[in-house]
Parts: sequence; structure tokens; C-alpha cells
Amino acid sequence: MSDLTADASHQRLIARLGAELRPVAVLPAPWKRAALWLAAALWFGAFLAIFADVPMLRARLMATPDMGFAELGAVLTAVLAAVAAFQTSVPGRSPHWAWLPAPAVLLWLGASTVGCLRLGPIPGTEPESPMHPAVCAWFLLMVALPMAFLLIAMLVRACPLRPALTASLGGLASAAAAAALLTLIHPFDATAEDLLVHLAAVIAAILATRLMGNRRMGLDPSSRAQ
Amino acid sequence: MRKPPWCTLFAPAAGAVTPVVAGNHHLVPGEAFARARTQHAHDPQPPSPVPPVSTAAAASFSGFRPTLRLWHIGAMTDEAQDRRLAMLMAAAQAGDRESYQAVLRACVPVAAAAARRQGHAPDAVDDVVQEVLLTVHRALATYDPARPFGPWLQSIASRRAVDAWRRHGRAGGREVHDPDAYLAHADSAPDADSQAYAGFRSEALRAAVARLPAGQREAIELIGLGEKSLEEAAVVTGRSKGALKVNFHRAIKALRTLMAPAGDV
Repeated sequence: MSDLTADASHQRLIARLGAELRPVAVLPAPWKRAALWLAAALWFGAFLAIFADVPMLRARLMATPDMGFAELGAVLTAVLAAVAAFQTSVPGRSPHWAWLPAPAVLLWLGASTVGCLRLGPIPGTEPESPMHPAVCAWFLLMVALPMAFLLIAMLVRACPLRPALTASLGGLASAAAAAALLTLIHPFDATAEDLLVHLAAVIAAILATRLMGNRRMGLDPSSRAQ
Repeated sequence: MRKPPWCTLFAPAAGAVTPVVAGNHHLVPGEAFARARTQHAHDPQPPSPVPPVSTAAAASFSGFRPTLRLWHIGAMTDEAQDRRLAMLMAAAQAGDRESYQAVLRACVPVAAAAARRQGHAPDAVDDVVQEVLLTVHRALATYDPARPFGPWLQSIASRRAVDAWRRHGRAGGREVHDPDAYLAHADSAPDADSQAYAGFRSEALRAAVARLPAGQREAIELIGLGEKSLEEAAVVTGRSKGALKVNFHRAIKALRTLMAPAGDV
């Protein structure tokens, strides 16, 4: 394409885009949108708390500080990964935001692993049923995926230039939130098998969200022009 | 040492100007507005809240590295130009088409430079520019007028330039570069000689038909060229079918004579 032809074609596109212009409201700050999504997760947590055995949960957390740290790590991972996902969805923000949830992920995984190394069950907890890991994985996926869907729907409103990275962070946030909520209704002691199943479910949720995000926030801007 | 990005959470971004919204316009408060007023001190009109940007000035905007490069547009620096484009973007978000088109025009050289930095060929550079314009259009709501415009645009331009390489890489697996096969491919359309000859023959035929007597010309135009039946031609001309048939055959004979090569006559 010669320079003149290219310039004419750019001018035509600019004229067309100018004609299509409609007033737009500036998107709220990423942290505000992250807070909105976390509020939805919190609302769901409050709903689950109705069915949770709160005194037993308190007893477990008191008896095993590592479980408390694991829960804290999961909550922090959900919060920071959500903030990072919304930050990376906005053009001009550094992709290094993706490292924001890293310390929380380390805390979550580290504390969960320490819990598996403990010998003997936590006093006052029920013995684990054979179907328990499958139920946990099912719960994680069934909670994480709708939350991820909501998150992707919110992220699409921005213009993620790195859809895979943003969607993966969204998947991590959803999976961590689901894992944090799981503790509310988790009447069993965590075992190595538990941890592996949780990890597999978390990875599956992240991959599914990444796939979903890539489909919704893919590379072809022309198909989504306003 | 590079600061982690979240350090900027608690500090204003470099060059950021907090706009004060007044109607559809964003005023620049404090020092920045005072500087803008000084620049316009000799203007007969008071400084406009959204100063106009000429096409040339917008097209000259191409960098966000004031320490490396200064693009002087009159007395303006990159920083001032960035601020001006930020205000134009704010006006565009409010629906001002002229401001929006000025911003888009300013995006063209930035996008082209980003594509060239990524090593794209000239024809691919234009594709990247168009992708960048479409992305800017789609991402219009994500721009925060309180932040510098340059990094926002630069991130879109660089990313789309990288995406173009990825697309090129994916297409490269399916496409084969074979210039000989391209050149040797037979065109199904008639070649230039055939087309010229056909044109010449039709011109000659037209001229020969024009030289026929009126009755013969009418018959050949309706039956031969117009592809009408004898009955239809008879209705149109009001003549009998027999007379038309005779005129048609005489016309064919005359045309043969008129269009035959000189030696055959």
C-alpha cells in the first residue's frame, strides 16, 4: 500500500470512527471494580455462612494456626488477584501487576502444605468420607466458575491487551475465593490428597477461565468496534 | 532501580493533571492552567478550556520520552502536547467528534512508529495502525483523563504491533511463499491482446453498422444485436416479417463485405 493510499484509508477509518462516536462514561478505577466483584463474592460467603458450623470453624482455626494462615492466604490471593486482573485489563497499566498476588499465593500454598504434614486429625473434627475429595473439587469448580464468569463479564468492559494474562488472574481470584468459601463448609481435616485435589480443581478453574477469557476478550478488535 | 507498579498506587503519576470538570469541558487547575494562559497571552481570544489542536500538530505527536527526544511544536513540549491530548480525549469521551478525530490522527504516527520498532514491513505497518485505531475506539472508556495519555496509547500501539507478529506467525504456518507459482498462475480472464482486439472489432462493427442503409441498420440492430425475434422486430418497426428478413440478410452480406480484410474483398 502506497503512503497516499494508506493515508486515505486511515482518514476514512478515522472519519468512520468519528461518526460512530457516542459519549462514554469513564470506567471506574480498577480497584473499585475489583471491590465490586469482591462484594459479590462476600455476599455469596455470607449466604454460605448461614449453613456453616461457625463454632466448629472457630475451634478448628484456634487449634491449627496453619489453617488460619491458609484461609488468610486464600482470601488475600482472591483480593490481590482480582485487583491485578482489573489492573492488567486497562491499557497503559503495567503487566507487572500480575506479580501482586504472588506473596499471598505462597502463603496460601505454604500454609496448606504445612497442614498436610501434621500427624493426626484436628481435635473435634469429623473423619473424612471416601467421597470427600471429589465433593471438594465439585464445590470448588461450581463456585469458582460462575464467579469467574462474572469477573470476565466485568473485565470485558475494559480492553484487556493481554487477555490470557488477565483471564488467568481472574481464574486465580475466582479459585482462591472458592477455596476460601470452601473452608466455611469444610468439616474435615485437610490431607495431602485433599490438597492435591484442591490444587487440581484450582488449576482447572484457572485454565477454564483463561479459555473463557480468550474467547470473550480475544484479539480481533474490529469485531467489537463500538 | 525500577519501582514496582503498585508503588504508584499511593503517589500521583508523573505528569498527571487532575482535571476539574465544568460542563463537558475539563479545566486544568493550578500551574498547568497558568502556563497554558501564558502561552496564549498574545492571543486575542481568552484561552479555551479545550484548546484546538491543528492537524499538523496532532500528526507531529509521536513520542512520550521527553528525556530522549523533544518535539517542538511552537513552544510546546511533549508534556504539554500530552496534556492537550488528554484534554481532547476527555472531550471525546463526552462525545466531541472533532476532538476525537484529532486524537485519532495523532495516534497514527505513534502506531506506525511502534509497528516499525517491531520490524513490520511497510504494508503491515498500515494494518497495525488500523488495528490501533480500532482498539483506541473500543478502549475509549478505559482512558482516565487524570493520567497521562502517552503511556495509554503507547501500550495499545506496542501490544497491537506484537499481536500482528503473532497473527503473522500463525498465518505463516498455513501460507507458502512461492513467487514463481504466483507469477506462473494462469489468469482466467482474457489477456490484454484479446481484450484490445475484441474492443477493436466491436468499434469496427459499430462503424460498419452505421454505414448501412436505414432499413438494413434497423433490422441488424433489432434482430442481430438486440436479439429480438422477427415478430417482436415487426411490432417495433411496423414492417412485415418478410421485409425485415430480407433487410437482415442484406445487412449481413453488406457487413461481411465492409469488415472483411482488404485482400479478401
